[in-house]
Amino acid sequence: MHLEYQVYEADFVNAGAASSAIKKTLKQLNVSPQIIKRVVVALYEAEVNAIAHAYGGTIYADIEPDKITLKVVDTGPGIPDIDWAMQEGNSTASPEVRNMGFGAGMGLPNIQKNVDKLNVTSTVGVGTTVEMEVNFV
Amino acid sequence: MEKTPFFHALKIDEDTCIGCSHCMKICPTEALRVRDGKAVLMPDRCIDCGNCFKVCPTRSIYIEQDDFEDIFNYPVRVALIPAVFFGQFPNDITVSRIYGILKDLGFTHVLETESSIPVYTAAKNKYAAENPDIRPLISTFCPAIVRLIQVKFPGLSENLIPLRAPLDISAMYIRRKIKEEMELKDDQIGIFYITPCAAKIAAVKSPVGEEKSLVDGVINMDSLYNRVYHEIKKQGHGYKEQKLPVSQLSADGVLTSLTNGERRLSSAHHSYSIDEIHNVIEFLEKVENEEIEDVDFLELRACDQSCPGGILTCDNRFLICERVFGRARKIADRERKGEQTKDHELQEESNYLMRHMKVGEIKPRSMLVLDDNIAVALEKMKKIDEYRARLPQTDCGICGAPTCDALARDIVCEDAELTDCVFIQRNLEARGNMDVQESLKIMEVIWGKAKMNDYVKNK
Repeated sequence: MHLEYQVYEADFVNAGAASSAIKKTLKQLNVSPQIIKRVVVALYEAEVNAIAHAYGGTIYADIEPDKITLKVVDTGPGIPDIDWAMQEGNSTASPEVRNMGFGAGMGLPNIQKNVDKLNVTSTVGVGTTVEMEVNFV
Repeated sequence: MEKTPFFHALKIDEDTCIGCSHCMKICPTEALRVRDGKAVLMPDRCIDCGNCFKVCPTRSIYIEQDDFEDIFNYPVRVALIPAVFFGQFPNDITVSRIYGILKDLGFTHVLETESSIPVYTAAKNKYAAENPDIRPLISTFCPAIVRLIQVKFPGLSENLIPLRAPLDISAMYIRRKIKEEMELKDDQIGIFYITPCAAKIAAVKSPVGEEKSLVDGVINMDSLYNRVYHEIKKQGHGYKEQKLPVSQLSADGVLTSLTNGERRLSSAHHSYSIDEIHNVIEFLEKVENEEIEDVDFLELRACDQSCPGGILTCDNRFLICERVFGRARKIADRERKGEQTKDHELQEESNYLMRHMKVGEIKPRSMLVLDDNIAVALEKMKKIDEYRARLPQTDCGICGAPTCDALARDIVCEDAELTDCVFIQRNLEARGNMDVQESLKIMEVIWGKAKMNDYVKNK
């Protein structure tokens, strides 16, 4: 099953819409609540990243009987040093974004904690793609 | 996941139901459909919140209760009454006068449910301290909320505090006390709970996480209100009451039946109190996504204004709130002046009660799952999406389901047909693929023969 959602730059009002929709889907598929929680937390982080740090993007979700694959593709400044960004506390967020309670540098590390597979690719000046996989069993 | 069926206190009277679908439209868990001109309840989805009861124009949704005369099956008869009961009467009718009337009506003992609030609060705070990893903790005070979480937010089931509700603690206390004082057996004591809502009945009749109910019967608050009011009228204006000893309910106890009453006693740093079922659902969606961080405790109530908004209370909920609040203020005054001790009746038994506070695991019972097998569920979901795309998204309810989404789901679960949709019917008629008799027949299956015939006759 394939799902797609758009997110827009600085549209904090609608942050969480895609993760909510995917949560609703997974609940109907009898995926265990603990796994749904991990998917939702990871996707919400990625969603906020695309809204707060990039110029928006697209979320692709593919649900199979044994796993969900999520891909968040944004157009934006990109991440110059992915290894640095993967460490807790590191963030390039602007003061405005931090004032809104985002940009604590926990985004990518938190995603890492909740998924079974994570792949981040980025080109400075073009954008970032975050691919995640969560197994259902 | 829990598989045994829910007991439901809400029933539909098929003889008087006119199939108007008001109940179907308001149900927060989409638990109602119209079939053959009557409302039909889906037991796995209903959480006994009572919204349907409130909107039924023919009072066809009713709440089963025990016969009042059943109390006389017991030599000792306890009325277990929530403080909100007393808030239904004007201020000049005192609590002690109502106590007197309850005795006249046949009860030998009266205990207010909230008498156990100090023990309940202590147990909750202890549980919170012992389980620092479970956050937010969700109060189980309101049984409709417990069921809502089981069916709609199964992932939050483990956040429910697995402790007995104040009603059960009070029942446990009074039974033990009477047994000891009067040297009686269990079956000689009848404890009757006076309920402000349907959810409490359901909770008493089939307790979640408990094997057996601690209460022997349930009497609806509106029916006891009528009996008490009748007595007041018989006593007349010049009635001089004899002062009866009233249970020493604390101000904190009285306030717990109102919104925020529980939260103000909680040891949690960050807590919210939210009332009314749609507000609760909106908030829980966010909690489930972890969009709201640092939440330690949630006091959630299904009714607007909490228990004063219960479907069986007999006055405007805001008036009841004000009276309950006024009573709490008076008690607080007496507590401050030292005229009423803050020690509570249950204190002597608190060690015993604290040891018997835990209930079993509260298991999820999701209403949303399409199939236990994910692959099958995925297939069904794809089909639901296909049907959804063909439906008009007007949520008109003419198909007998509350929304187009619900119809799409019902079709896949083989409980409805795509041709139940009136838009689809018109389309098929326009293309010559269905004749008017056929579509009328479909309407008849949903809305009943009588309804369709009556319309024809009137013409």
